[in-house]
Amino acid sequence: MALDKNGIAQRIAQDLRDGWYVNLGIGIPTLVANYIPEGIEVEFQSENGILGMGPFPFEGEEDADLINAGKQTITAMPGAVYFDSATSFAMIRGQHVQLTVLGAMEVADNGDIANWKIPGRMVKGMGGAMDLVASADNIIVAMMHTNKKGESKLLSKCSLPLTGVGCVKKVVTNLAVLEITSDGFKLIERAPGVSVEEIQNATAGRLVVEGEIPEMKLN
Amino acid sequence: MNKVVPNVEEACKGIESGMTLMLGGFGLCGIPENSIAQLVKMGVNDLTCISNNAGVDDFGLGLLLQGKQIKKMISSYVGENDEFERQMLSGELEVDLIPQGSLAERCRAGGAGIPAFFTPAGFGTEVAEGKEVREFNGKPHILESALTADFAIVKAWKGDTEGNLVFKATARNFNPMMAMAGKITIAEVEELVPAGELDPNFIHTPGIFVQRIFKGEKFEKRIEQRTVRPKN
Repeated sequence: MALDKNGIAQRIAQDLRDGWYVNLGIGIPTLVANYIPEGIEVEFQSENGILGMGPFPFEGEEDADLINAGKQTITAMPGAVYFDSATSFAMIRGQHVQLTVLGAMEVADNGDIANWKIPGRMVKGMGGAMDLVASADNIIVAMMHTNKKGESKLLSKCSLPLTGVGCVKKVVTNLAVLEITSDGFKLIERAPGVSVEEIQNATAGRLVVEGEIPEMKLN
Repeated sequence: MNKVVPNVEEACKGIESGMTLMLGGFGLCGIPENSIAQLVKMGVNDLTCISNNAGVDDFGLGLLLQGKQIKKMISSYVGENDEFERQMLSGELEVDLIPQGSLAERCRAGGAGIPAFFTPAGFGTEVAEGKEVREFNGKPHILESALTADFAIVKAWKGDTEGNLVFKATARNFNPMMAMAGKITIAEVEELVPAGELDPNFIHTPGIFVQRIFKGEKFEKRIEQRTVRPKN
């Protein structure tokens, strides 16, 4: 069965490593914080100016001055720190953040990503996404494999305005884990019960399938 | 040097139609709400506003958009505001969208006397159109220029009579860089204290960057996305 959003987040959380600073984007990426593997310590950075972001506050304890990049009320963990936006992007551009997880509207098989604009219809802006994808060493895209119309979001070329070129390393969808290689999307794992054929049918870009493809192991 | 002005009217004196303003804040967090209300009252228009976001329909910079007081917005993210989207798509409002880190650094550069800098953000995208590209360490970068403003308007938690500022939590965001980049910088604060009361070790923005400071009459501090977890 295809994963839901929480399943995608759970699978991405398995890639977290002890001691990492991690920036989570809005949407599915935010859920990754709920599945940190036991025995691993990571700190979450939110680009509006906090390192050491904690969970949502208890009801009645919201602070209008303490939000994440999605403008949601949050809390700060012991040892957290606040900083200005220039310092925040120095952390990002300077590659002090080890992993960036973000959503996308489209990903191409060369690692291009589009997630900020649909010409003539929706223009929200790129926020920090262009800085994040241009600089991060390790970028995982979390998204559904197809859009609401059932069309593939994994393409040979993005049709929407780009956010970054050749930057995505890995994509985790409701159907599969894929790595970007010079030959295109390389299928690494299947969602439980999802066949290679289903993934092939849902992938418009080049897909490399080598040998037996294992199923994801989720609790 | 005493930078205190008695009220928001005095603080905003000299702001005229056609000027370029910087306004601190991220979403509705850390925005100079008293000064924005005063700009609405003053009715100045044709403004170029540099601010990470454009507020929501009925708060923050959304209030200036409603009165069509803004000619051009320079921002990184403008979702959450229907009137903004309408004015932009219809062409009434000029919009320059730039990556958030580049926006922050362009303000910082403006205040720090750095005319331009190279960044990898936006290479290969619309943002890079017309900009010089140069390779450093084998990676392409684009040239971004500094931003300055006729007035920068920032919001701080505490300030003293010298104009030294302390921000609270993530309400700091763009405020320190914008304070540096204004020809005249106005700071509205929740608490205004005498010089000497703030510990010099813990001041975020030195008063040299601030020309006028006043205690805001009222801070609504609206929350955009109230997210909570249940108490057990």
